Amino acid sequence: MTQYMEFEKPLAEIEGKAEELRAMARQGEDMDVSAEAATLDTKAKAMLEELYANLTPWRKCQVARHPERPHCADYLKAMFTEYTPLAGDRNFADDHAVMGGLARFNDMPVVVIGHEKGNDTKSRIDRNFGMARPEGYRKATRLMDLAGRFGLPVITLVDTAGAYPGKGAEERGQSEAIARATEKCLQIGVPLISVIIGEGGSGGAVAFATANRVAMLEHSIYSVISPEGCASILWKDSEKMREAAEALRLTAQDLKQLGVTDRIIPEPLGGAHRDWVATIDAVRKEIAAILVELGDMDGPALIADRRKKFLDLGSKGLAA
Amino acid sequence: MNWITNYVRPRINSIFSRRETPDNLWTKCTECGTMLFHREVSDNLNVCTSCNHHMAITPRDRFEALFDGGVFTEVDVPMPIADPLQFRDQKKYPDRMKAAQKATGEDDAMLVARGEIGRTPIIAAAQDFSFMGGSMGMYVGNAIIAAAEEAVKLKRPLILFSAAGGARMQEGILSLMQMPRTTVAIQMLKEAKLPYIVVLTHPTTGGVTASYAMLGDVHIAEPNALICFAGPRVIEQTIREQLPEGFQRAEYLLDHGMLDRVTSRTKMREELIAICRMLLGMTPPVAGDLPAPDPEDASAAPDTPAVDAPTT
Repeated sequence: MTQYMEFEKPLAEIEGKAEELRAMARQGEDMDVSAEAATLDTKAKAMLEELYANLTPWRKCQVARHPERPHCADYLKAMFTEYTPLAGDRNFADDHAVMGGLARFNDMPVVVIGHEKGNDTKSRIDRNFGMARPEGYRKATRLMDLAGRFGLPVITLVDTAGAYPGKGAEERGQSEAIARATEKCLQIGVPLISVIIGEGGSGGAVAFATANRVAMLEHSIYSVISPEGCASILWKDSEKMREAAEALRLTAQDLKQLGVTDRIIPEPLGGAHRDWVATIDAVRKEIAAILVELGDMDGPALIADRRKKFLDLGSKGLAA
Repeated sequence: MNWITNYVRPRINSIFSRRETPDNLWTKCTECGTMLFHREVSDNLNVCTSCNHHMAITPRDRFEALFDGGVFTEVDVPMPIADPLQFRDQKKYPDRMKAAQKATGEDDAMLVARGEIGRTPIIAAAQDFSFMGGSMGMYVGNAIIAAAEEAVKLKRPLILFSAAGGARMQEGILSLMQMPRTTVAIQMLKEAKLPYIVVLTHPTTGGVTASYAMLGDVHIAEPNALICFAGPRVIEQTIREQLPEGFQRAEYLLDHGMLDRVTSRTKMREELIAICRMLLGMTPPVAGDLPAPDPEDASAAPDTPAVDAPTT
């Protein structure tokens, strides 16, 4: 059963009714409801199309954060083979908010790293809701370094509200850990591809997404600050998140125009959470295409490409 | 309405700059509340003579005290496109910019200069907290790139004084992109084997700390400076407990291994000279007040063998 978002309430009603009809039919009463249910289905589909054709930035935030959206672990399972997790930062701990290790992508050995938010109370707590501590960034740095030395492409899956704001995280050097991960992204002579699959939250995302190519799912977001945070600072009212989401230009479509993201991966109708298989398949195709595109570049060329990309960023505005 | 309220100040008053007849000869220390004679405080680099509290100092004032004879040449910073997102909160971003430019007399939140300190040619960059909280936008990114390029071109160390609330929200994602962007700039310095020294001043937080401010060869902080990624208020809201005294202050970070030194602003110059000269394999510094270098161009001083020094 899908969890509906607030703006989907009218849709929930229709889909609910169709479901009810079918349940009644299943209970054996000899009534033919299929025609009626089909009408409702068509109506629901039309409404879904209308809703998703023009999602406001705030609605996109809600879709990007939808708890049933496929998460890093789901991509690892469906998109890779021989996933072999590698744990720990060799300093302090293993951060469960960050998954990573060796795997094969279309038989090609790669290093994959991603934020994992968890999907029920227990796993969410274990994963710290996808908010990494310094150990997570240091693990990522270590894995990227490994990839660089053995010539394996790196694929990162970004899905985090941001780095964890906690006492221990600060004491152990959250900022330094993020800075070093960003630096490592820029140093490795292998293809680095980043896909923002849900939320790209601030510095916690940059540490993984300083990549040759950054792709975003259609309804994912990438922002310097959460709309709620921005609203409470600039509007002095955290309820102004709709306005803030609008102003921040955090949608994949705006970011493409600004040159921050290179590609937008289309999502199934109604968002990634409605069809995992199609979503993950689309991501797989995009990564494969980018790998081919980067295939001709050697190590120094890849490093130069990344540098140029980030040095040039910001020459485009929305007005242009 | 009477003639008193309608009274217009004679225009001639505005010709005299306010500085000549300051209406506040006294400054109150923001920490201990002691009334301090204005000139005494500025002579002491805005450090309270009573409690040693380090008050904010503008990049220009800092550079005047830092460089030999107060002489430095500004390094040009390319202006980025204005208001790339057409950002508007309660005010329009361009209006906020104009107000900040008017209040500070600067283009944006960072000043880059070349000159000599203790006859050691350097490039310095300083962030201006009084300009929209020192926030890092495209201009600050451009400034750091310009500083790094100048340092590489002239083979000089870069000393960067950080002070910022974090990224500039009004530039949205483009401010966030300054994190990788400035990291590229720092890599240029490292590849050229040039020292990069960060002086972290109050406050250095957010995306600034998580990029160029934490990638120095040497990290020095001013006493009691707040240095963090997430601010104390955010953390208290998240973990719902009181943070210990002095949490995220310079001394606390020193204890936790994130800094090399905590140094008073009044001793900073000597220390920077000593460190730069040792890293560059130069002779010990000459003690005492040095006169300004040749007025022609401080930057052109060719005498110092910055990178001819052995590197490994």
